[in-house]
Amino acid sequence: MKGDKEGLKLEKVLSRWPREPHNLIPLLQAVQDNFHYLPPEALDEVAQYLKIPLSRVFGVATFYAQFTLSPRGKRHIRICLGTACHVKGGTEIVKKVAEKLGLRPGETSKDLEVSLEIVRCLGCCSLAPVMVIGGRLFGRLTPDKALHLIENFYDQDQNSERS
Amino acid sequence: MTKIKTRRDLERLREEGERELFPPHGKILVGMASCGLAAGADKVYIKIAKGLERHGLNFTIGKTACLGFCSREPLVELRIPSGLRLIYQQIDEEKADTLVAAWSRNDLTPEWALCQIQGEKGEPYLLSPALRQISSDRDLNFYSKQRKVVLRNCGLIDPLNIKEYIACGGYFSLYKALQMSPSEIIEEVKRSGLRGRGGAGFPTGKKWELCYRAPGTKKYVICNADEGDPGAYMDRSILEGNPHSVIEGMIIGAYAIGADEGYIYVRAEYPLAVKHLRIAIAQAKELGLLGKDILGSGFSFRLHVFEGAGAFVCGEETALIASIEGRRGQPRPRPPYPVESGLFGKPTVINNVETWANVPLIIAQGAEWFRSVGTPRSPGTKIFSLTGKVKNTGLVEVPMGITLRELIFEIGGGPPEGKQFKAVQIGGPSGGCLPAELLDLPIDYESLTQAGAMMGSGGMVVVDEDTCMVELARFFLEFTQAESCGQCPPCRLGTKRMLEILTRITQGRGKPRDLSLLEELALGVREASLCGLGRTAPNPVLTTLRYFRSEYEAHLEGKCPAKFCRALLAYQIDPELCVGCGLCARACPQRAIFGEKGKPHRIELRLCVRCRACVSACPKGAITAR
Repeated sequence: MKGDKEGLKLEKVLSRWPREPHNLIPLLQAVQDNFHYLPPEALDEVAQYLKIPLSRVFGVATFYAQFTLSPRGKRHIRICLGTACHVKGGTEIVKKVAEKLGLRPGETSKDLEVSLEIVRCLGCCSLAPVMVIGGRLFGRLTPDKALHLIENFYDQDQNSERS
Repeated sequence: MTKIKTRRDLERLREEGERELFPPHGKILVGMASCGLAAGADKVYIKIAKGLERHGLNFTIGKTACLGFCSREPLVELRIPSGLRLIYQQIDEEKADTLVAAWSRNDLTPEWALCQIQGEKGEPYLLSPALRQISSDRDLNFYSKQRKVVLRNCGLIDPLNIKEYIACGGYFSLYKALQMSPSEIIEEVKRSGLRGRGGAGFPTGKKWELCYRAPGTKKYVICNADEGDPGAYMDRSILEGNPHSVIEGMIIGAYAIGADEGYIYVRAEYPLAVKHLRIAIAQAKELGLLGKDILGSGFSFRLHVFEGAGAFVCGEETALIASIEGRRGQPRPRPPYPVESGLFGKPTVINNVETWANVPLIIAQGAEWFRSVGTPRSPGTKIFSLTGKVKNTGLVEVPMGITLRELIFEIGGGPPEGKQFKAVQIGGPSGGCLPAELLDLPIDYESLTQAGAMMGSGGMVVVDEDTCMVELARFFLEFTQAESCGQCPPCRLGTKRMLEILTRITQGRGKPRDLSLLEELALGVREASLCGLGRTAPNPVLTTLRYFRSEYEAHLEGKCPAKFCRALLAYQIDPELCVGCGLCARACPQRAIFGEKGKPHRIELRLCVRCRACVSACPKGAITAR
């Protein structure tokens, strides 16, 4: 890890899990919860901790959509493009928001402030189109409403959805 | 709390729970499942809580989950000790204040009420003139055609209060089951005819029997809550609104097949469901309903929650197992089926959330009761999430065998704004699009499969005349292509090629041979793919080709009948309506609009990029697509 401090933090995260290979996914989730992404050094540490090849850790980390190997923005905006959101104009919202932020879906701003992601179904189809900023869900969007929310809503706690 | 050992202990908790469900001084409930929260229910809750304090009203305030009528969220309930439940709809912060003030004046504000829910005795409460203005839930088409069995406690109980679940009969089935022998339970489930609610419809009792008979002492049960189908959210709603029903079903299943350990595999996109499950499991443990020596029977069972990491393919049972084992979620060929060799190579029963939630009901009320609803081959009820272009969106539970027309037009109210119904997409990316001609089709496993769709998990997205069916098929292929795990070539390459063809058709670059090529590819992918994802991925393409072929043909001729595919649109200015203000010409980034001030303008189509800037700019609505 970059600094000793982060290294210690990682050690603490890992030590909560028994050294069994089947704990790989929850372990990576815990690491990502802490650092908001999976730093490459952490993958190495995880592999050593579980005594499995790095290739297997990397394989899992790149297979699942939840994991990201590059840092995400402080404000993580996720716009739903499940079927109901698609039918009700989600694509237009993605377009407008992407234009406004100057980011393509999947990108993070250079100052690490904002990142934009497309997700497939948040299970709130009856309020389509929906999006999540930080941990908060917003429904019945229009492009204007979405832009307004993005400008005005700052989630205090990034992880409020998990707490 | 002390552990429950006897039926008396359960009865005692039931009495406590009943008092909490219907406290003597009345109760206010706010629907705070994910959909309620998305509509702002948390702010409404705070407003009401503060309002009750300010007005000195002695109501208990509580949280519940989802009543199913999502298009009317946020929903607030006023529960009076006599058992009356008044449901208010679309309550925002401002309305919340007014509502509490009205209650303090004994004014029930009937004009904001959605309905009153009838009490146990079966008659709507008609106590006062104000109440007479509020219709009963029986008179609302949305509720009257439904048959709430699995969902009956969602929106009634506080999902985080185990006593309220027990008050509704919860965990009495477990008590009863533990007095039965495993084979008696399996026989009862077999006789009920319950079939897997996750999509394929395999008989649940038969699955249990195979696992029960499989050799070995270590066995597992798994709940598949990896609800990946976009457009379906019944599993989320059950887990958020009544997590104990799933847990109870799993304990009964584990006892029946002889498993001592189980997993619930939940999508990471459902943080609230995960939270509620974890709390519910901790509560069940505390009361001795999970863990060692359950209810003093000697039977022990441990239950874990496993958060998925975002892969649609993990809804497939062998991929899900690989994921719990800490590997990439890639399916493997079957046989051997998980009932013989599943999690960590041990015999495993995997059932979907809704299936597990049916189990306690069957044990409590018997196989005959279960069979009395639905059709002979598909007994029971099924939950559908009705979304898209339909007036009443929400979660509905109906008896199997109901027709699509009843579901979409009577319960759902049909498409809004007087638009024409075009198709209903059933079963997510694995399902198909069925046209208006098939509206009288009864909903059961066989009929849907015969029509080219499938039950799937029960997602039902209604589309109207404004939706392009070719584009919709492309949308689903984009999804399945991205979610293909990449292991077997028919799925990995086939979905990619199909997506390319569909994309070029929607962009006006389709070739005459494309339709037959698409069909050939679709049939090949369906035949040769390893798992359910690939085998069902062609369904949206095959059904749209079957029922909406003329739309494909129109695209090949350069027209999109729904006027959706931009590349195929030609914009024109109606000279009758144009006043020559020039706003369109100024808005056009391509400088493709010409004309003199005060005279009708025209669009040069060779320069036009179909950005619609002119359409938005025109004050007269003179620019339309052709």
